[in-house]
Amino acid sequence: MSRKVTRRKFMAATAAGAALATFKFPAPAIAQAAPFKLGLLTVKTGPLAQGGIQMEQGVLTYLKEKNNTFGGRKVEFFSADTGGSPAGTKTKVQELVERDKVDAILGPLAAFELLAITDYIAQNKTPMLSLAGAEDITQRRPNPYFLRPSATSAQAMHPMADFAAKELKLKRIVTVSEDFAFGHEQMGGFQETFENAGGKVVAKIWPPLVTPDYTPFVAQIADCDGVCQGFAGSNPLRFMKTYASAGLKYPVVSGETGGDDALLRIMGDEFLGMYSCCPYTLDLANDSNKRFVAAMQKDFGVDPGFYAAGLYVATQVVDEGLKLNGGKSDDRAALTKAMRSVKLKDTPRGDLSFDQYGNVIGDFFIRQVAKEGGKYVNKTLKTYKNVSQFWTYDEKAFLARPVYSRNYPPVKS
Amino acid sequence: MSEIFSADNRLRFIALAIALAVLVSLPFWVSGIYYINVGSQILFFAVFALGLNILVGYAGLVSLGHAGLFGISAYATAYMLQHGFGHTSAIMMALVVGVASMALFAVLSLRSSGIGFIMITLALGQILWGLAYRWISVTDGDNGIPVRGRPAPFGYSLTDPVHFYYASLIVFIVAVAMVFIFVRSPFGAALMGTRDQPRRMNALGYHVWMIRFYACLFSGLLTAVSAILFVYYTNFISPQTLSLTASAEVLLMVISGGPGTLLGPIVGATLVVVIKTVVSGFIERWNFLLGAIFVAIVILMPEGIVPGSARLWRLVTRKRTAAPPAPAATTERTP
Repeated sequence: MSRKVTRRKFMAATAAGAALATFKFPAPAIAQAAPFKLGLLTVKTGPLAQGGIQMEQGVLTYLKEKNNTFGGRKVEFFSADTGGSPAGTKTKVQELVERDKVDAILGPLAAFELLAITDYIAQNKTPMLSLAGAEDITQRRPNPYFLRPSATSAQAMHPMADFAAKELKLKRIVTVSEDFAFGHEQMGGFQETFENAGGKVVAKIWPPLVTPDYTPFVAQIADCDGVCQGFAGSNPLRFMKTYASAGLKYPVVSGETGGDDALLRIMGDEFLGMYSCCPYTLDLANDSNKRFVAAMQKDFGVDPGFYAAGLYVATQVVDEGLKLNGGKSDDRAALTKAMRSVKLKDTPRGDLSFDQYGNVIGDFFIRQVAKEGGKYVNKTLKTYKNVSQFWTYDEKAFLARPVYSRNYPPVKS
Repeated sequence: MSEIFSADNRLRFIALAIALAVLVSLPFWVSGIYYINVGSQILFFAVFALGLNILVGYAGLVSLGHAGLFGISAYATAYMLQHGFGHTSAIMMALVVGVASMALFAVLSLRSSGIGFIMITLALGQILWGLAYRWISVTDGDNGIPVRGRPAPFGYSLTDPVHFYYASLIVFIVAVAMVFIFVRSPFGAALMGTRDQPRRMNALGYHVWMIRFYACLFSGLLTAVSAILFVYYTNFISPQTLSLTASAEVLLMVISGGPGTLLGPIVGATLVVVIKTVVSGFIERWNFLLGAIFVAIVILMPEGIVPGSARLWRLVTRKRTAAPPAPAATTERTP
């Protein structure tokens, strides 16, 4: 039972450290507090690894910038590879919670990973900040320990659909996206807003996540004046190649994963002119973003995309929440509450705050792929300010509708 | 089989008693529920490996579709629970579905043995994976089916990791005892006969196909049992559980531990689960490590860890006591 005593000692030390911090004692005394343990669930293998590796880089960039210290407490960082499978995610979240006893978890990446562990996280009262979709975790089935500082699956698609209907004047769109929760919800959100604005989704095509060849799916695209693709990881590259080689010329619109900035360096001409809406854009000209981009380029030699920025911002929220909570992390409910009350201005994605469900309210950027000096860039065309997960809809009416899914809203014939 | 009371076997029983004591007392000396959960995983994957070992080790039939069977039982449990049935009916249904699909598997794949059997089970396993992946209305595809809560037999809620560990341990011990009795029964001997000399067994009047079919059913039962524990453990089921990788993984457990031995699959399951869950936390390329260990096993003790270690042990002890060499366990198989 000596464990319990040590644990109590740790807590006492934490509380003492926090108390000292409030009285502005010299730093060495504060540094005595127990380290803050931060876990990360990411994917380093499989089709989603493209984003997963950037997630870890985003966290590491922020930790380095803050010299591994949040509000006077040293940060201990634990990274776990889920392998992109729900069973693996379960095993790894147990490792973080039960063995490493982390105070907060960043990740996981994919909606189906999140769905597999959301109940576990609520039971074990560990704050979790994820960029995974799975809308209902901040909507109809809220998890009190969950925060999403990036965007729900459909949050970027609402403004994208608005832009497609009002500015691009598109009327008939075919959607193509992976056949899992994230894809279903993205396309559902797009369809809802697009059809409210007078457009029509004529068909929805669902290739599986692991699809060797998109040709049979591209062949189904017809009778439309635009295409909406919602692919994730490295799949947008393969889809766009197939799309271009099939000779299709309809304008393409996409979400945060389909036009991810991290993909720019491996894009080809088939991407030119593609629109995407993202809660982060590489060319945002604020101090925080300049710092972040420079650090990513220096340390990892890559341009950050949505995944890296999402995790950088998530880590920033943890840091800020811990500060608001007086450096204390033993009461997890209070810590989560503090994180949800965080309001930030200087982040790589601009202003950010949270709604009562723990989902972000922030800026969304409509960008278009262009070529500048031999390099592909996402040029920001329009910024939608302070977009919530409910878009312009009434919250009650929104929550009364079923969650966006494969069959909702239905395709009207 | 004849020297049950030999010194070798007495030693084995003592070792077993110690192992049992260690397993029962595990939650008292292991710190933290994380390792208790790892223990539960080892136990139900060991049951899975024991089930596959009936075919691979004792019947000489290598199956690459067992993850499909495992998954279909897990899906049956999750589906029943999702549709409001109780735990008892969900578990019963999972057992029935698991054994019935194994029967169907067996009818289709027992038309051949050797490579043909491998290919047919591989194909059937992939069909089940495909169904789980694409039959969206039932399985919800990639999103999987969540399972809420665990049963509470006799008032002990299995939500507590320690209770779940003991439940897995009881199931595990029963499974080991079943396999032990099965292998030593006349039927087990007949099964090994069909493995080593199918034509002679046929000539002796044994119904080779029927013997293999019953062995398949037994294997399917153990697979379904482990799948039920798995689905209650993870509280979630998704198509990845049915993938070919999962089939290969359980086959690896059997082959690395030692096919055709009682302890082999258990040792193999321990090895794979520990590397997959614990070691992967320290080494990012744990797949590589697992591969390297497997290569080492193939080079150093191609018959598997358990028979290989036994051989080395005998080599050492024989030198000291100069006892006549004990007959090695029959591990030769028809291809």
